[in-house]
Amino acid sequence: MDRLVVVGASLAGLRAAQAARAAGFDGELVVIGDEKHPPYTRPPLSKELIKGAHTPEQCAFPQRALEVTWRLGVAATGVDRAAKLIRLADGDTVSYDRLILATGSRARPWPGPQAHLTGVHTLRSLDDAVAFKAALTAGAARLVIIGAGFIGCEVAASARSLGLEVTVVDIAPHPMLPLGSELGERCARVHLDHGVDLRCSTGIAAIRGSDRVQAVELTDGSTVDTDVVLVALGALPNTEWLAGSGLSIDPGVLCDATLTTVDDPDILAAGDIASWPHPLADHNRVRIEHWTTAAEHGQLAGRNAVLAHGERASHELPPYFWSDQYDVKIQAVGFSTLADRLEILESSPQGDRLVAVGSRDGRLVCAVAFNAAKRLAWYRRHLTSAPPELEQIKQLVSTDPGALGAPVGAAG
Amino acid sequence: MKVHVDMNLCQSHGECVLIAPDVFDLGDDDVLVWKEEVPDDRRADMEAAVNACPMTAISIEG
Repeated sequence: MDRLVVVGASLAGLRAAQAARAAGFDGELVVIGDEKHPPYTRPPLSKELIKGAHTPEQCAFPQRALEVTWRLGVAATGVDRAAKLIRLADGDTVSYDRLILATGSRARPWPGPQAHLTGVHTLRSLDDAVAFKAALTAGAARLVIIGAGFIGCEVAASARSLGLEVTVVDIAPHPMLPLGSELGERCARVHLDHGVDLRCSTGIAAIRGSDRVQAVELTDGSTVDTDVVLVALGALPNTEWLAGSGLSIDPGVLCDATLTTVDDPDILAAGDIASWPHPLADHNRVRIEHWTTAAEHGQLAGRNAVLAHGERASHELPPYFWSDQYDVKIQAVGFSTLADRLEILESSPQGDRLVAVGSRDGRLVCAVAFNAAKRLAWYRRHLTSAPPELEQIKQLVSTDPGALGAPVGAAG
Repeated sequence: MKVHVDMNLCQSHGECVLIAPDVFDLGDDDVLVWKEEVPDDRRADMEAAVNACPMTAISIEG
């Protein structure tokens, strides 16, 4: 192989390039990215950057010397697999011997013309975050957040710390839907305690404003006047540009366990757009939009891309995510959406630190911690591709001197 | 080689602990502790820890 091309210059793309070099690849390495910025880390965008604790420059990934030809600020628009080349938006083409697709996600936009009103924002990129922060700090007093997921909840916390009046609206019965009702209600209480006007089980009837946003009408008939709206409705994978490539898209890029596309052994995918069979999900295909998966995928895809298909390793690590809201650090490992049962297994006497575990058919599928990082790491080590039975975990926890203790009111 | 962790950035995700539990650990208070001097034969693990840290808090020198 003479030339490896990575499309996508965010976390997965950067880690793929680094891993290919670390694995000894000494051919030409090209990384293409549609944003003009060198690779940067996104988690601070909803927190430190908005609060002013980080500058945009501080979000850039530190890079040790990496021999890469960067093509930044130009989107890839297509793949011609027969000719083995990438078409770029500026009309140029880049040929490849092997290719790693890592084009990530974009924010799901508001589905209507009001998305273009001044004051209506989404938050995904560094430019989005800088524009949103400018809107919040340009005399805005009120913010409405549509969506109580990760971004919505984190931005609510950041905006409260800036002193804004914050209303969060979600059609779901509680924030952070993947955490289940008991932990979701805890999240709700944290936001209410910090003065957020939380409107769950409520939809948006309309966003009002002529040039600039003025109000949001809710499905319960009420109207919330506002200066700024953040649309936080999740993300969409950037795979449309691959239409016509002949690669199977579902809307992720269909891969095998080694992140190699099912259609082409010379093309791999990594990060948000990769759809691959996971042992903890009964080998069904999953697509994960978390930071850590993008880092792990990039690392593996970069290493695998320099190997023959039969020599490539599988991705079997359980997904991990976190969310920081006020003084609560939420961390989770595994597939909470697969759990048929979720129970709190450990709790501090005050209840401010806890671990809940999710199980399916009596086997561990996830663990969720509130302010219990060391404990979460313990569960993470146990959540392997052959997960233990829940009873086995309970037994280990009951004799572990490092455990937080049984929750108040628990039997035994 | 020397390992630095910027404790203004560290948020106790524990990625480094999973990669090199003999070098990094979380205390019972969830605060990271680590060995500052690490033998050169652990370079690959230390570089993996640098890349795995969500807060880019870890750096190595030498």
